[in-house]
Amino acid sequence: MTNTPLKRTPLYDAHVKAGARMVPFGGWEMPVQYAGIVQEHRAVRGAVGLFDISHMGEFEIEGPDALAIVQRLCTNDASALAVGQVQYSLLCYPEGGIVDDLTLYRLADDRFMLTVNAANIDKDWQWVTAHGEGAARWNNVSEETALVAAQGPKAEALMERLVGADVTRLPYYRFVRGTVATVPALISRTGYTGEDGFELYVPAPRAEDLWHALLEAGRPDGIQPIGLGARDTLRLEMKFALYGNDIDETTNPLEAGLGWVVKPAKGDFIGRDAIETLRTRGVSRRLVGFEMVEPSVPRHGYRLLADGAPVGVVTSGSFGPAVLRYIGMGYVPPALSAIGSALDVEVRGRAQRARVVRTPFYASKVKKP
Amino acid sequence: MSNVPADLQYTREHEWAKVEGDRARIGITAFAQEQLGDVVFVELPKVGARVTALKTFGVVESVKAVSDLFAPVSGEVVEVNAELATKPETVNADPYGQGWMIVVKVADAKELSGLLSASDYEALITAAH
Repeated sequence: MTNTPLKRTPLYDAHVKAGARMVPFGGWEMPVQYAGIVQEHRAVRGAVGLFDISHMGEFEIEGPDALAIVQRLCTNDASALAVGQVQYSLLCYPEGGIVDDLTLYRLADDRFMLTVNAANIDKDWQWVTAHGEGAARWNNVSEETALVAAQGPKAEALMERLVGADVTRLPYYRFVRGTVATVPALISRTGYTGEDGFELYVPAPRAEDLWHALLEAGRPDGIQPIGLGARDTLRLEMKFALYGNDIDETTNPLEAGLGWVVKPAKGDFIGRDAIETLRTRGVSRRLVGFEMVEPSVPRHGYRLLADGAPVGVVTSGSFGPAVLRYIGMGYVPPALSAIGSALDVEVRGRAQRARVVRTPFYASKVKKP
Repeated sequence: MSNVPADLQYTREHEWAKVEGDRARIGITAFAQEQLGDVVFVELPKVGARVTALKTFGVVESVKAVSDLFAPVSGEVVEVNAELATKPETVNADPYGQGWMIVVKVADAKELSGLLSASDYEALITAAH
């Protein structure tokens, strides 16, 4: 750990004024909750919630070699992206471990944006600039970019009222440029909740204007600000991986269930050989979703047992406020990864029964094209 | 500031005890549940178990935190709030009422004098803020 002071987003003052509980997260001082995690979680599932995720990083690359460089760094096939399209992707090490997961935006034929995890900004920046050389220029726009997400069944109607363009027909994982309540924005139909919604990239100095305009316009819909606590339980109900919890440099995409964003047919990329060797040999563990049969809260780091013997570890777990069950994710040997497999979670020295279940735990409500 | 009823006694670990004859009803304070956030799980001893003053008798968990429960007094557990198994959020909604946790038959009434008064406890949580 270092003693670097915590960073703040442009919305820090707004959070404090709203009575948010602020906590350190990935080097940032962020709101963990406002009204309460369970209530915020249900507001997103039932109405619409507003998230400050400005701590996330944004890198742009532009130039004739931009596509080739992105193809070398990322596991997914960026050539399949049209301008205006978004793709989930990974940066991997040569050995197959994961540097970070990200969303990739094709801004123009020769220009891309990578949105990366807050705690990984420095590491990723070093990685992409060291391994992504060629006729293109990297630009770290993290500081000057604020990112606000509006998520929930009422997000679309809210955006429709505030945007001077038809966003209702914007498909999932597509973006347009537009103006949201006077604030110029990259409007992306993406999210980390399993609900329909939008992520809005705006200039940092305009973040407060956007934030207050959304809260004001969404008041009749019951909009409320959502902290990182509910962001975590929302993504857990979807079994979305969280870097640092479920995936990291010691996990590979195949065991994490992310083989669908690894495209060896596109040509060479960093980590390709190692991942393809693994694909041939088979993985030694798989990331599964489980629910508790005996009530108790599974938590990151708890051991998973089978017949009393340790077989894996819980990577994420909580009470799921919308599914009303104690749920978790963890790595287990392939033989124990089938739906219905019996496991135990070691909770305070006691084996508590659990079983592997189908995921996501909560049925996705995103707008598929 | 959190509600601190005058007729209860308190531990430094934020449990309350209400003397009911030779028994003590036990729960956590309004301050404790606010600090924890949404309570999603409560683990309590069974009727007949013995608890020891200032030793753990159970666990309360919120989405973000796991917290031990400390017994204000020693004695045998004679009642357990079974409703908390299915409605742990009652601890948030009504920490001094429906959110009670256990009732103990007090083994040694002298232990009660070691607990904090409402005004002492209020001073403690004010200092903590």
